[in-house]
Amino acid sequence: MKLTGAQILMEVLKDEGVELIFGYPGAAAIDIYDELAKTDIRHILVRHEQGAVHAADGYARASGQVGVCLVTSGPGATNTVTGIASAYMDSIPIVVISGQVPTHLIGNDAFQEVDIVGITRPCTKHNYLVKHAEDLARIIKEAFYIARSGRPGPVLVDIPKDVARKRVNYKNQIDVKIRSYSPTYNPNLKQLKKIINLIKSSERPVIFAGGGVILSKSSKDLTEFARKTCIPVTTSLMGLGAFPGTDPLSLGMIGMHGTYRANKSTGACDLLIAVGTRFDDRVTGKTAAFASQAKIVHIDIDPTSIRKNVPVTIPVVGDCKITLEHLNRLIDEVDFGDIKQKQKKWLDEIEHWKSTKPLAYVQRELIKPQFVVEKLYELTRGEAIITTEVGQNQMWTAQYYHFDKPDHFITSGGLGCMGFGLPAAIGAQLAKPDKVVVDVAGDGSIQMNIQEMATAVQYCLPIKVVILNNGYLGMVRQWQELFYEKRYACTSMDHTPDFVKLAEAYGAVGLRATKPQDVESVLSEGLLTPKTVIMDFVVDPEECVYPMVPAGAPITEMLLV
Amino acid sequence: MSEEKNILSILVDNEPGVLSRIVGLFSGRGYNIESLCVAETMDPLVSRITITTMANLPLVEQIKKQLNKLVNVIKVHELTGTKFVQRELVLIKVKARPEHRAEILRIVDIFRCKVIDVGLEHYTLEITGDEDKLSAILSLLKPIGIKEIARTGIIAMFREPKNN
Repeated sequence: MKLTGAQILMEVLKDEGVELIFGYPGAAAIDIYDELAKTDIRHILVRHEQGAVHAADGYARASGQVGVCLVTSGPGATNTVTGIASAYMDSIPIVVISGQVPTHLIGNDAFQEVDIVGITRPCTKHNYLVKHAEDLARIIKEAFYIARSGRPGPVLVDIPKDVARKRVNYKNQIDVKIRSYSPTYNPNLKQLKKIINLIKSSERPVIFAGGGVILSKSSKDLTEFARKTCIPVTTSLMGLGAFPGTDPLSLGMIGMHGTYRANKSTGACDLLIAVGTRFDDRVTGKTAAFASQAKIVHIDIDPTSIRKNVPVTIPVVGDCKITLEHLNRLIDEVDFGDIKQKQKKWLDEIEHWKSTKPLAYVQRELIKPQFVVEKLYELTRGEAIITTEVGQNQMWTAQYYHFDKPDHFITSGGLGCMGFGLPAAIGAQLAKPDKVVVDVAGDGSIQMNIQEMATAVQYCLPIKVVILNNGYLGMVRQWQELFYEKRYACTSMDHTPDFVKLAEAYGAVGLRATKPQDVESVLSEGLLTPKTVIMDFVVDPEECVYPMVPAGAPITEMLLV
Repeated sequence: MSEEKNILSILVDNEPGVLSRIVGLFSGRGYNIESLCVAETMDPLVSRITITTMANLPLVEQIKKQLNKLVNVIKVHELTGTKFVQRELVLIKVKARPEHRAEILRIVDIFRCKVIDVGLEHYTLEITGDEDKLSAILSLLKPIGIKEIARTGIIAMFREPKNN
């Protein structure tokens, strides 16, 4: 069967089960768009290509499917770079397809030409420039396979215009075989037996779960593992929801803005079982002091994550789910005695940290941002999918919205990319139309991709945007307050738009609260409105996120309220 | 931990852009490259890249893992100890004034290298060997006057087992 490159692309996308593409057309992508319009694949027209990638990222996380973007060459392609870098840091499976100038013009500084494969080489899991239409079907297949397998990540495929137009033979039976790429899924069982022995001999064990648990869909297995062994669980930012936040064994988040008990437990533990995490510097603080009394077990599918930042006693390369399933089986074969009794002293110690130094803020006449997140948690009964922007809004959400389930917290963790939350919410809402989807934002970060309000309204997506409006780039201001003697260099947003009017201008609904007693009613009204809504909460401008570990300090040394 | 010279022999897909991925990995992560050689293997679809890098043990482990993570990398060998042979080829343009010519030719003879170009004021020598041999000849020629050198960088291979 002879098809054009663009037709072949559609055939493979359909074969991969793609139902939705986020994109923005342009000259080099016009042939692909021409074919796309003839298929049943739904296209979401974003307002900026960065939004398309973040939306695909949010879609991938909420649905568990590979997110797909389609953009044109040159500026269309370069606008995707931030989104790709964010997905790469957070290991999110997306495929970005970019149009490219015709092959005979490549290297000629042609109109809207850019070497996007060169530009994205260090921030993609892999990327391709398709030079021959004959290779297109195989490459697209490989792109999806690479994006979703092993440690997932973004893959970019650059398709020149003439490749999209050329007619070649197409066979729809393609097996992906890449001789140089085979992720290790099955762990070494000898290592797992050593873990069981370590658990037996430990007195103060802690489990540390990261985003890998969510990506491998092993939250249930992790929860079973923790409950069987009665070991408390802390999670990274990316791991929130991997273990129920309201479970008595939950320590909350670890790290720079982690809970007192999580950081103290990590400092005091004699065994740290890390699952699907990469020991980011925001987690470890000063690495030499991190879990310094503990033997560290590290389970991860990516060998480069192991022993990159911290020394490890027992490394296990493997898929988190398969590994935890094995561990749960092994535990059943071992007699731990009265596990609850064994752990009681350690859990009591943790309970003491929890009760003496809980997460806290002081309620005054101005709205406290933490209070807004707490009320949001109550009113949505912890069931909403929450996306965030980056900064204080992100940390307060991580602290005060207790995620009990995976795939409900969607944030730019590794890259820390402002402007992520709104487009990610669009992706998440399209993946889960029946869910309440809320973007918790700051007044600074919401303006980084505010144009996507038009996208949300165009597709009738009832996303709720909660702006914690403090008039500052709050997290940087906080650092300036604490470590730069209150020199607020360039962090004051002296002029912000009227977000209520802005919402209305986009055809959405705008609400505002300026007093604590209005918070609940505004949230209720906003959540019940079946439209895109911006809720503008004018909050205490100088509120800080606590606990806070100063950069480079041990995580046990926290600044508290 | 002390830094040592490590030779990595990397088999990769022989495709455009692959060298850039490897070099980009080194520069992006701050690893150093002392020398680099690339050429096709017997299999035209596969190239061998030989990189020497200064690094301590944990870092070499990390470099190997990062290389293996690249989709186009087929295999990474670290060549250490005595179980490998290494060679490098150097072209040396040495100043050859009449009073030095005999001495230069004696050195050429001792080191079993070749004179491949002769001018009024210089000889160009070709020599292959391991690192010790090359640094020995360079230090002997230096007082005579080296105009310039070109080195290929190290290539290396595992030795086959001696007894079966």
